Amino acid sequence: MNVTELSIMTLWGATTLYAIAMVAHAIRLARVADDKVAARAADREAVAVGGASPAEPSAATEAAASSRPSRASKAAGIARSTTMVGALLHAVGLVARGIDAGHVPWSNMYEYTISGSFFAVAAFLVIQRRRDVAFLGAGVTGIATVALGLAMTVLYKDADTLPPALQSYWLVIHVSIAVLVTGLLTVSFIASVLQLMRDSRDSGTRWTGRRLRFLEAVPSAASLEALSFRLNAVGFVLWTFTVMAGAIWAEHAWGRYWGWDPKEVWSFVIWVLYAAYLHARTTQGWAGRRSAWLAIAGYAALIANFTVVNLFFQGLHTYAGS
Amino acid sequence: MARMKLDNYVVPEAPRLGFRGWLRWIWRQVTSMRVALILLLVLALASIPGSVLPQWPQDAAATAQFVADHAFWGPLLDATGFLDVFGSAWFTAIYVLLFASLIGCITPRAILHYRELRRPVAPAPSRLSRYEPVDASSPLTADDAVEAARAALRPRAGRLGALTGSRVRVDRRDDGTVALAAETGHIRELGNLVFHASLVLLLVAMAYGTLFTYRGQAIVVEGRSFTNAVVAYDTFDSGRLFDPASLDPFTIRLDSFDAEFSDTARPLHFQANVTFTEPGGEPVEETISVNHPLEVDGAKVYLQGNGYAPVITVRDAAGEIAFSGPVPFLPQDAVYTSTGVIKAPDVSTGEQLGFTATLYPTFLEGPFAVASIHPDPTNPVIDLLAYVGDLGLDTGIPQNVYRLDQSQLSPVRGDDGQPALLRVNLGETVDIPGGLGTVTFESLPRFVALDLRADPSLPYLLTAAILTLLGLSVSLFAPRRKVWVVAREEDGTTVVTVAALAPAHDAGVQAVRERASRAATGEREPE
Repeated sequence: MNVTELSIMTLWGATTLYAIAMVAHAIRLARVADDKVAARAADREAVAVGGASPAEPSAATEAAASSRPSRASKAAGIARSTTMVGALLHAVGLVARGIDAGHVPWSNMYEYTISGSFFAVAAFLVIQRRRDVAFLGAGVTGIATVALGLAMTVLYKDADTLPPALQSYWLVIHVSIAVLVTGLLTVSFIASVLQLMRDSRDSGTRWTGRRLRFLEAVPSAASLEALSFRLNAVGFVLWTFTVMAGAIWAEHAWGRYWGWDPKEVWSFVIWVLYAAYLHARTTQGWAGRRSAWLAIAGYAALIANFTVVNLFFQGLHTYAGS
Repeated sequence: MARMKLDNYVVPEAPRLGFRGWLRWIWRQVTSMRVALILLLVLALASIPGSVLPQWPQDAAATAQFVADHAFWGPLLDATGFLDVFGSAWFTAIYVLLFASLIGCITPRAILHYRELRRPVAPAPSRLSRYEPVDASSPLTADDAVEAARAALRPRAGRLGALTGSRVRVDRRDDGTVALAAETGHIRELGNLVFHASLVLLLVAMAYGTLFTYRGQAIVVEGRSFTNAVVAYDTFDSGRLFDPASLDPFTIRLDSFDAEFSDTARPLHFQANVTFTEPGGEPVEETISVNHPLEVDGAKVYLQGNGYAPVITVRDAAGEIAFSGPVPFLPQDAVYTSTGVIKAPDVSTGEQLGFTATLYPTFLEGPFAVASIHPDPTNPVIDLLAYVGDLGLDTGIPQNVYRLDQSQLSPVRGDDGQPALLRVNLGETVDIPGGLGTVTFESLPRFVALDLRADPSLPYLLTAAILTLLGLSVSLFAPRRKVWVVAREEDGTTVVTVAALAPAHDAGVQAVRERASRAATGEREPE
């Protein structure tokens, strides 16, 4: 088996494991939600019958919480281990691709997709070590599955040497941070989406159905907002760096630091949208739902910059599409 | 009394504003956060057409084609600035308003921040119950407990404290309690101010750059040289305040150009080997490649393109040389199928000669078509179509060297009456039908397109960019929190109450509060 085959096999392995992890994460979420709903119902009953204070965890709550701990924790265990092993295989596939090509594995769309999805999962795992964000797992592994699957089937390109335009250490600096930001903002995007759904469910306007009961297992809209803000703040600083590093490289390679090439236009749009998001957070009437929508719009622009701009617009970043 | 709605708030009838009142009202609107937010969104939206529609500064040829192809939309979009979005009046208006809003917002905040820095720390609130206080008993005296907490919180005193905003105050209250108030986070606002001020600096540096920048493009054939002077460039643009006399007249000679391609015609490496001579200086050998421009005289010389410039000799009917020299051909595809135009006006007899030509570096003739199969010059062949007549060079109007003005030319036809295709291999000569002369393909040197650019604003831009990034990081990551420790002695023991105030996203405040609590209760830091 050579490195090319190793890379492809491990990446397919990662795709499969992520798919399993996504299902396991979803099941865990559903079971935790079931337990919470059951516990609340039991509490209400206890209050009605015995008049015990609902603030104190009643015996009924305890019973409900402990009745099915194994089912939720079994799913959690499967989810955790498949995500971890998937990320490990993903890393091996990425390194093998780098060795195969003889350069950092983010020089075209295929490589960018496999690196970006890796960073999304890695960011999730790193955050997971510090605080419990397992509720993001289904979203992250789901996006990683789709991204890797698309990469392996549609975007795949054989490893090749770098064209002269990319033969620069700035490829390592500029693009690696861009890939990292894509990964981070993917995680934050999921938090923002959950925030909006949870917020609607809490206010009883939308997403109130039984099928979306998993939202009960998700933290409150306010704490999701705090989480996505922290990720977006890191993402915004790193994106600022990406744009600046890109400008320095452009000055070095093309003789101008900014030329409104389609890629540059969209990088600017992304920057402005996230800047608007940061302002919206502290503006009355915009904090909360509207600012979350802006973060989602920023992420949509980020994805458009990588897909639509690469495939349909003519510009100096054309090698990104090949 | 009539009531009206102003900015979503119902207020009693507003007094007449008057002219100055209106100005103040407009200024207050422009500098409000909500307007800044809307301007940001409009700025993002307004940029998008700049990537969707062809733009004059980025691709003039495609834009001209777009205008020609769309009889209605082309001129309309052109007139309304959509084909030069980033130079259009409306785009400029948006960012000028945005920066006005920014300056109007930042200036009062900077003054406020300065005052805030000089204001002493507010004492701990008399009631901490609003801030989820935690009580603990301590073996230390109230004074020692507060002192231990102060040491654990490590607020930097003095001038640095004023800058970073880590400040502390201890009060001995009348009721015998000792209260400590520690605050950090003024630096967050300082970072915010630095960030926004740096954005203004960035814009000023850009404007300065556009006034003094210059940019010239020149095509240099192997073995030839080029002198840095405005007339030597094929195209030359400069800022309004640039002085052409300031150009240093150095020369660059292209000794050779290395181009490497893979078997599949992917470019692997381009490198121009040049000899660089400053006026009165020794010649120095240098190389220029794609990511490695040559730095000279405060400017940089970039390798922007390359191609073939076949040396062609045209003889007229009398056998006299009508033209001889390298002719740059523009590559049309990845295998360097290149097109060029040869003009031979100096005929000794008969009419002027002109040619449109196609070069195939690795010529291969298939059953239906001819093509180049690789960019390397393995089997170079030039196909020519000859024209006779008036080249139109004597009218005084500058002509495009890559186009043949065929208005006064007629194609040279073969025996079959069709325009005759002349095919010439490297080193060979072909006759032009009708005894009009000969064309010789002498040799095949390469040319490079060099781009010389200078922008004196670059150091300022870099400084502004670094300040922007630093300010932004501080404004987003520096924690802003208040911690209070109140100790009171009751029945021989000391009760310590610790509370903190921080935004919801501050995950570190818990640890800080616990650190203060542990210190005040005499516990040792966990190793």
